[in-house]
Amino acid sequence: MDDQLTRKRAIIETMPTVLGYVGIGITVGIVGRASGLTVLEVLLMSMITYGGSVQFVIISMIIKHSELLPIILATFLVNARMILISMSVAPYLEKESVFKNILLGSLLTDETYVLSMNKINYTKKRLNFEWLNISNLIAYFTWAIASLTGALIGDYVGTPQKFGLDFALVAMFIGLLYLQIISEREIKMMLQLLVVLFTLLAIYIGLIFIPANILILLVTILGCFFGVIMKNVFF
Amino acid sequence: MYSFNYVFTIIISSGFVVWLSKVFPLVILKKYKLNEKTVSFLSFVPITIMSALWFESLFVQHLGQLPSLNIENLVASVPTILSAILTRSLLVIVVVGIISLAFIRVIGI
Repeated sequence: MDDQLTRKRAIIETMPTVLGYVGIGITVGIVGRASGLTVLEVLLMSMITYGGSVQFVIISMIIKHSELLPIILATFLVNARMILISMSVAPYLEKESVFKNILLGSLLTDETYVLSMNKINYTKKRLNFEWLNISNLIAYFTWAIASLTGALIGDYVGTPQKFGLDFALVAMFIGLLYLQIISEREIKMMLQLLVVLFTLLAIYIGLIFIPANILILLVTILGCFFGVIMKNVFF
Repeated sequence: MYSFNYVFTIIISSGFVVWLSKVFPLVILKKYKLNEKTVSFLSFVPITIMSALWFESLFVQHLGQLPSLNIENLVASVPTILSAILTRSLLVIVVVGIISLAFIRVIGI
């Protein structure tokens, strides 16, 4: 990563993360087909809902012929972390127009968000439309093509798990977390490690009684509170 | 098979909910400035989200009981972390991660 916020840098810096969601995209296609959705429906869901993990939740509810309202509620809860993500990136896009903000927000994902938070450590906390938009677009079309591919080949191959592709996303988060910790300068490293440790503990305890999908949101909120309190008291 | 209308209604409405949660804060925050406390709070979002997504994958949930370890993901995390420390290259990290898990499944840990 460097301090250039150009389209070219966006392509170079986003490409490694693509591997992270190709596997999940293919999986969503295969699971969608196996659950009785048509190829067109799988593709439309990836292009319109565009929710990553939330698509698995929606598919599992469609299988049970769920009513619309519970599906909407589940979608909101599983995706509510995007509200935090969007709030957190907002200050860096303040100078871009409302239209550009809407465009960037529409295609924002966990992956392009954490990548951009890594990027700002190299750009003196600057971010712009060109860079994030290209990063978003690459993620969007990769996701669409991957789920289409999954839906098309779903009838012939089994689960893609045996290839280890399902770990790609986790590996990407591990990598981005490490790169974030070593390059973040505003928060002391000791404090960051404390927050990571707190998150581990909160996930472990939370898994006992809160469904994993919703737990991510709760733990994120708790982790941020923990970080702020520790920062004020000890750092 | 389900009726196309049923599935399409779900796709459109869930898409709207997802879209709103991503776009609404961006548009609102162009008008209103966040106070210092909120900014400080939000500065912890990247590391907590990444840690939470990682740690969640290390366990298998059994509601009402302690979670058990996902040994495959736990073991595959070790070479992944090492490659992060050694190379600092996202591409290498992701590839090492994929190969590690595939290898673990082949030898059957």
